[in-house]
This record gives sequence, C-alpha cells and structure tokens, in this order.
Amino acid sequence: MGLIRTLALCAVCSFTAVPAMASLAYVSNEKDNSLSVIDMDTLEVVDTIAVGQRPRGILLSKDNSKLYICASDDDTVQILDLATRTIIDDLPSGEDPEQFALHPNDRHLYIANEDDAIVTVVDIQTKEVLAQTEVGVEPEGMAVSPDGRWAVSSSETTSMLHWINTETFKIEKNIVVGQRPRHVEFSDDNKTAWASAEIGGTVHVIDVDRLSEIKTLDFSIRGVHQDKVQPVGIELTSDGKLAFVALGPANHVAVVDAQSYEILDYLLVGSRVWHLELNEDESQLLTTNGVSGDVSVIDVADRKVIKSIKVGRYPWGVVIAPSP
Amino acid sequence: MKAAHYWHCFVGIQSREWLRFWQQRTRFFSALVRPLLWLAVFAAGFRAVLGVSIIPPYQTYITYETYIAPGLCGMIVLFNSMQGALSMVYDRELGSMRVLLMSPLPRPFLLITKLLSMGLVSIGQVYIFLLVARLFDIEPPTLGYLAVLPALMLTSLMLGALGLLIATWVKQLENFAGVMNFVIFPMFFLSSALYPLWKMQEASPWLYWLCQINPFTHAVEAIRFALYLQWNPAAFGITLAVTLVLASLATAGFRPQRTKILPGVA
Repeated sequence: MGLIRTLALCAVCSFTAVPAMASLAYVSNEKDNSLSVIDMDTLEVVDTIAVGQRPRGILLSKDNSKLYICASDDDTVQILDLATRTIIDDLPSGEDPEQFALHPNDRHLYIANEDDAIVTVVDIQTKEVLAQTEVGVEPEGMAVSPDGRWAVSSSETTSMLHWINTETFKIEKNIVVGQRPRHVEFSDDNKTAWASAEIGGTVHVIDVDRLSEIKTLDFSIRGVHQDKVQPVGIELTSDGKLAFVALGPANHVAVVDAQSYEILDYLLVGSRVWHLELNEDESQLLTTNGVSGDVSVIDVADRKVIKSIKVGRYPWGVVIAPSP
Repeated sequence: MKAAHYWHCFVGIQSREWLRFWQQRTRFFSALVRPLLWLAVFAAGFRAVLGVSIIPPYQTYITYETYIAPGLCGMIVLFNSMQGALSMVYDRELGSMRVLLMSPLPRPFLLITKLLSMGLVSIGQVYIFLLVARLFDIEPPTLGYLAVLPALMLTSLMLGALGLLIATWVKQLENFAGVMNFVIFPMFFLSSALYPLWKMQEASPWLYWLCQINPFTHAVEAIRFALYLQWNPAAFGITLAVTLVLASLATAGFRPQRTKILPGVA
C-alpha cells in the first residue's frame, strides 16, 4: 500500500512539476539602439526590440520581470517590461549612464555618470535621486556586493575603486588598481571583488573584509600582442571555482581557477569581446563581441566555444532570464 | 559469374593493396608526416590567432589549423591516389597489372575495385591523421568522423580515377613525376584546401573561378561539411558527377599494354 501511495505521489509530482522554462538572453546593441533576444534552447535570435539611444549596461529586476537599460545618449535609464517587451517607464539617471548596479533590496540603483564624475543613486519605486556621490574621473564600472553593504565604482582615469557605504552613500575607501578599471564583479560569498583594468591588462582580486588587494592577474596569449590584451567583462561561477575574463580586442576569454588564480585556458571568440553572462545552471557562458557584432556561446564544462550568433551592431551588455 | 567470385576478387585485390601498404611502411609515415608538417609548420606560420571569420560549416571563429584540417585530409587522398596511379604504371611495366586483368571478371569491376582498395588505404591514413590532429585542438564532433566517410570514399574514387586516367596516357614511368607536378600542385593550391575562397575572390576573380572549377575544391568542401555534420549537396553532387565521368573515362580507356588513346600520343 505504501509503495502504491509513493508511486501515485511520484506520478502526481511529475505531472505538477513545472516544465523547464526556456530562457532568453537579452543583448544591448550599442549602435543599433536595440536589444536582440536570443532563445537559449535554439541559440537563435528570436526578436529585436527598439530601445533608447546607445543602450549599454542592462540588468534585470530581482524577479526577472523587468529589464533596466542605460540609454546612454538619452541620459536616462529605461524600464522594459519583459512580458510585453515594451518600455514602460524612465528613471532619472544623471548624464551619460553606462554601467549600473542594483542593490539586493531591489530598489536602489547605482548609476555611474561618466562625464560628471559622480555616482547617482536612484530609488526605483519613487524615482527619486537619493544621493549623488562624487568619485574619481570617468566612473565606469559599478557593482553592489551581494550582501548589500558595498557599492563599488571604478573610475577609468583615476584608476581607482571607490568603496561606497550603501547606508551613508559616502566613500569609505579608495583602492588604486591598474590603469583604466572597467568592470567590478563580486563573488557570491561576498569575500572577493574582481576588477578589470583595461589598459593595465590586469585583473585585481580584492579581499572585501580587509579591503586590500590579494592578487593581480596577468594575461598573455601566445601570438597576440600584449597591447591587445585588454580585460573588461568578468563573470564568476556561484560555486567560487571559476572566473571568466573577457579580453577585449584579444578576441579571447580567459578561464581562471578562482581559487588558485591559475589561468586554465584562453577561448577564441569574436572581435573585441566585452561583457559576459552565465546562464541559470551555469552550463553556458555568453560573450558580447562588439566589433564582429555577435554573441559567442561557450560550453562551460567542455571549455569550448560552440557557436557565435549574429546580433545587432556593437553588442555591449547581456543578461539571461527565464522566458516570461 | 556469381557474387562469390566478385567477392573473392574484391578481397584479393583489397588484401594485396594492404599487403603492399604494409611492406611500404615508410610510405605510410611519409604520407602522414606531410600533412602533419603542413599543420604544425605551415599553419603555425599563418596562424590566425584572432580567428578566421565565420564561414559555413563552422558555427564560430576558428583557428587556421582548424580551417586547413579538411584540406589536409584531401591532400592525403590526393597524394595517395597519384602514388597509386604511379604504382599502376609501374605494375603495367612489370606486367603484374596484366596478371590482374587476366581475371575473367569484367575489367571495369577490376579497376574500380583496385581504386576502392587504394581509397580504403588512404582513408585509413586520413583517420590516423585526424586522430593526431586532435592533439592540435582540431576536434570535430564525434559523429563527424563517421559522416566524413562517404565524402572521403568519393574523393578517393574521384582522384583515383583521375590518376588512372593519367596513367593511361603516360607512356613511361619517367614521365610520370613531371605529370604529377602538373596535376597535384595546381589541384591542391587552386582549391579551398588552404584558404577560404572569399579570400581568393578578393585577390583575383580569375583565381577564384579557377578554384571553383577545380573538382578538388568541391571534394574538400564535401569533406569539410561532412566532418562538421552538415550537408552540402552542391559540393557532394559535383564530386559525385566528376567521379562518374572520370571513372567511366578511365575504365573505358584503360589498356593493359601501353597503347595510344589519343592519336599522336605514343
């Protein structure tokens, strides 16, 4: 009887289990003023959505229902409803927003304003500007720690990481890194922050507790001139084992052991690889290749590039969300 | 004639070809060293570390090594077929070919079987080359190794028939080397084996058209697409058609003794 009940229960479970939802990747095309939508099952572009001018940084709301888009030349952050694929609202962003980060509270958006050397904090619900924090010259990278304690802005010309306390909106620490820091990424356990220095050709790993650098990574690809090695996008696996670094005009993505900091491999992708995104189960990594206008798909387990998908002109950012 | 006779004959010619191959092991190594040199040295010199742009059947950016691997498979078959043709001239001089042709089975069958067995030996070498090429990170899909078999078979038949046709024309062994230079090198260089044809088109439309009418180009493309599990009907169809034409010309024209096919030759 017990067995029958178990079997019956299993049958019910398997019927009620939510079928695996196809997920979609959204890619911002900087020069086409559009987003390309890629079906992650077929790896084909299924839609193109017109958005504001020069879309660059994009990120998802915590419930994956909305996409925030830095429309840099419109000086605004647009909100795209993913179910209807229409722009439903704008947020004040300060001038020329390029990269931004969302606080875990799903309300505070930290936006780097490159031209004004400030970071603007906007409350998404009230559309109110909560603070404008002065940072170094040409702020570019923006990240908020998963525990919500820190917001980090990297300024390209000052070559610094500015650690902003998210309660006071004041800078508490500046860390000098390599030239032209572009992007900052926190590990899921809040222990480390990784920052790429485009001109310096390095990636700096920062201990978040002590706010000091613990490792500088250098990259060198046989046959590629060192000047071309310009790290930009960084992506870390949630198990803390691997890091991926997009090397810009070197057309390669470096695979790094995130514990030993050993560089495991360089994978050939399209021209000027910019930003990276892992899919939900972290089996695939997408790269945006600006100059060649495509998105490469990397099989994480095999460490192989399986396909490059043509998108719009100058793809910049990419995020992946379950199909709404 | 029963099927058993045909089979017996097929096995006979086949085993003789493998026996010859085994006795000429150095030939085997040289046949393997040649494409590997191209892969390790030539491709290294032309190394496109930033990637060769995407062209079908490739789905993403590839290194130059990956691009020329199918062409080098074609090269193995090309050199082997011409070497096979050379041995046919040799056999004919020594008379062993006549012994073979004394068989009561139809001559086209004997000749095609001979071509097939030479082809199988080449294909064995191609597979060993592909295995070694994995060390150079040339890793086509696993099923591709199976899918490429018909394309390789067809290529070896086509080139074998061409070799046989040339062997029919050539009077003496000594002339053969010269003829080979006029066949192997233009065939190999005026094809898509070493460079994508769009590159040729940029350089000169004439060269591009010469490459396009070269059947070896289509054979290489058939191999390339099959290896990456894609179907290229044009390349396959052209290779098949050329094979049929060459094979019928070669079998019809073949004479065991040195004779003239064309008036004025010989």
